[in-house]
Amino acid sequence: MYVAVKGGEKAIRNAHRLLAHERRGDRAVPDLTLAQIVEQMALSVARVMAEGSLYDMELAALAIKQARGDLIEAIFLIRAYRTTLPRFGYSEPLDTAKMRVRRRISATYKDLPGGQLLGPTFDYTHRLLDFKLAAEGGEAPGTPELAEAAEEDMPRVTDLLGHEGLIEPDVPEGEIEDSETGDLTREPLSFPAGRDIRLQNLARGDEGFLLALGYSTQRGFGRTHPFAGEIRLGEVEVEFFAEELGFAVPLGRISVTECQMINQFQGSAKAPPQFSRGYGLVFGQGERKAMSMALVDRALRSRELGEEGGAPAQDEEFVLSHSDNVQATGFVEHLKLPHYVDFQAELALVRQMRREWEERNRKDKADAQEAAE
Amino acid sequence: MSEARDDDAAPKKMGDPRRKAVMALLARSDTERLANAWEALSNKPAFRTLRAPETGLVMMRGRAGGGGRPFNLGEATVTRAVVTIESGETGYSYALGRDRKKALYAALFDALWQTEKHRDEVERGLIAPLAEDLEAADATARAETAATKVDFFTMVRGED
Repeated sequence: MYVAVKGGEKAIRNAHRLLAHERRGDRAVPDLTLAQIVEQMALSVARVMAEGSLYDMELAALAIKQARGDLIEAIFLIRAYRTTLPRFGYSEPLDTAKMRVRRRISATYKDLPGGQLLGPTFDYTHRLLDFKLAAEGGEAPGTPELAEAAEEDMPRVTDLLGHEGLIEPDVPEGEIEDSETGDLTREPLSFPAGRDIRLQNLARGDEGFLLALGYSTQRGFGRTHPFAGEIRLGEVEVEFFAEELGFAVPLGRISVTECQMINQFQGSAKAPPQFSRGYGLVFGQGERKAMSMALVDRALRSRELGEEGGAPAQDEEFVLSHSDNVQATGFVEHLKLPHYVDFQAELALVRQMRREWEERNRKDKADAQEAAE
Repeated sequence: MSEARDDDAAPKKMGDPRRKAVMALLARSDTERLANAWEALSNKPAFRTLRAPETGLVMMRGRAGGGGRPFNLGEATVTRAVVTIESGETGYSYALGRDRKKALYAALFDALWQTEKHRDEVERGLIAPLAEDLEAADATARAETAATKVDFFTMVRGED
């Protein structure tokens, strides 16, 4: 237990001043601008927006700068900042089928309407350090190649193949959208959690934690036989129903990454054999996170699909209670704060136990000696 | 922009798809462009702010599987404003981000677009070129993406 302490103001002030000094680093090196972070550290910015659960590139860049590049600290700053703003309401659900796609691949179907578009990807690079980037003021890369783009829609893979009935539909037959959408920023997590709450939790969950859990399902802890049905990255329009106007107002566009995992499913008492699905959606370009989210979403559906369960990734309470890195870092890092009173009490207790133990030992030894004589 | 009917008949009509398209463009504009268009106006009307630019949060929603039940994805910063111009029209703006100046200009242009007097000038001076530039940027992005279109060949296993 933590008991409050006081004092230390001067040392704390000086420590923060020292922090600011270290953050700036060598004054001979130019100060980082937010625009540089937004433009050139875009994937860090995306992660801070996704896990900070706030879409605002400039704020994410500021948080990264302030946190000296510590992304979990930056996410913490963003979560704290959002509490200072009023909530206007909820957007209309994003329509990812209408995404302006900048990347779209499927590992299950070679020939898709709209095609496979690699976009800006690390895939198929050789992961060799590029020392050209180390040279300051180096040459800018050439402009991208252009090609004629077909004016065709890019339907989601899962919609294309759904009609065969071999892939489960988005909305199970007979299901009506009746319940309210849960919101973790308004009410605390409780169990069992609906899929809406699970997806919100995963969307803001720690990438590393979800990556490890997703990986564990592939290695056999709650095997789900996944295929990357589709991964797409691009911009979607956001609309907000404004009461005073009486219609949905366009707010602009945001970048998101979406992942549709398709999983083999043997069938159960509750559902026929078919491909089941896991879903991932995150702010910005966050492919690893979207894929991990989709794997874990599918694993967490084991109960509703009537699967055996029992693996860590299928344990809803375990996953959802430990996915948030702001909560996790708060509890782990609070151990750094002074616990003097608590420790003094523990110390007294251990001293007493030790005294009793020694006394008991002495007595046992005396008894044994007596019996031997 | 189609001019199928004279909007004067229903100047207060809510959800007019043309107005919505204009608001969508204003939301995506940068501030400088709006400020320049305002400065370039031949006849600036007097106006009053009904709701000063205010920044808040909108919780963005996705759908499970893309088309299923809604869930809350995460919030975004949004700035809004409401103004009224001397001829009585009320202009609204909502846009992603925290730019208060932009919110004010966008609300002004929403109001101006609703007037018979200013609509043409707003269309010609701001909306049409803005739409053109944004469409050109989209076309470039589409063409850049199209150049990365890939055809994988499946190798048949066990063939000689």
